[in-house]
Amino acid sequence: MAKSVTQEFTKGLWKEIPPFRLVLGLCPTLAVTKSVENAIGMGVAVIFVLVGSNVLVAMLRKIIPSKVRIACFIIVVATFVTVVELLMQAYTYPLFLKLGIFIPLIVVNCIPLGRAEAFAYKNGIIPSFADGLGLGIGYAMSLTVLAAVREIFGSGTFYGNQVFGPSFQPFNFMVEAPGAFVCLGLMLCVMNFIGKKG
Amino acid sequence: MREMLKMIIVLTALCSFSGGLLAALRNETMEKIENQQLEFVKGPAIRDILKGSANDPIADRFKIKVGETEKSFFVGKFDGKAETVAFESTGKGFGGDIGLMIGVNVADDKIVGIGVTTHSETPGIGSRAKTDPRFAAQFKGLPLTGDFKVKNDGGKVDAISGATVTSKGVAVAVTEAAKAYTSLKPELAEKLKGFK
Repeated sequence: MAKSVTQEFTKGLWKEIPPFRLVLGLCPTLAVTKSVENAIGMGVAVIFVLVGSNVLVAMLRKIIPSKVRIACFIIVVATFVTVVELLMQAYTYPLFLKLGIFIPLIVVNCIPLGRAEAFAYKNGIIPSFADGLGLGIGYAMSLTVLAAVREIFGSGTFYGNQVFGPSFQPFNFMVEAPGAFVCLGLMLCVMNFIGKKG
Repeated sequence: MREMLKMIIVLTALCSFSGGLLAALRNETMEKIENQQLEFVKGPAIRDILKGSANDPIADRFKIKVGETEKSFFVGKFDGKAETVAFESTGKGFGGDIGLMIGVNVADDKIVGIGVTTHSETPGIGSRAKTDPRFAAQFKGLPLTGDFKVKNDGGKVDAISGATVTSKGVAVAVTEAAKAYTSLKPELAEKLKGFK
């Protein structure tokens, strides 16, 4: 029962959207969603790593012995993460300074490793590409939504632009760490509620 | 046995491939990364010190070998003369090394300005060495030679209240810079001629 490529792609956008449905990759989700700009940067990095590692693992799946597969996955993921890190340093240095440690931490993020193990190791190149792209975009979207809520209420801006008048008192709690948890919790709640109905 | 061999071969091949790829990419991006770091980490201090220069000090830079390492010098042109250079020096602060950019006029050996680039001092206390312009301003116009000390140690530098260790670190950085400047001056003057 092979699902179509489109299905593999769209499942990442809703049915298996990483932070909300799979509840994976929460560490950077909580940390980088202070502003929409950071969230998009992180999202793009994750999309690149996820697509790259998925395709490469799918390509090599026949020659990777199953006993050392996790080690191989880690090498593949780490390579792509380092590529992203170097490129970010070379072209978008201010973003690199803001995301800091969370770029190298994509290596131990469960999403790329989890997709390599659960999907790319068992499927062909094209479905793996679709899977990686779908989940990556889903992840980037979730980060952006979460960041938008936190940024709008926490600092009264959206992508660095003021949205409220000067009388707006920023709700500082939202840009601090506990705000991230509360916000994520509320979103999970909304997602589950909609999911149950549908 | 065969399986073990396969594992070894696959892992080795994968590791060497990724190692090679990353090494190549690093070489490729090294210069760009260096430029970016200069622009965003040291750039603000350099531009502040050499404010109003006719050229771009970050583009017009050169290196001089000092012992094992290379020191970068940033050239500022004023009134058509390339006589001002900025370079970095370090001193030990309260939370770690303090990176200090120092601009000096080669014609009269006087400091044109200083600015902290990198530090890990306490926010709001030691970090004022970077943010409070009054602290940096007192170095302006002093001849870059000899020892710099805070008033507690019998010197002339007014320490930031509550951040004596940080202020001492900055003074040490200036002293180090003076040492480096004195020993490198002939070479510096020679290199600066190339920018006229």
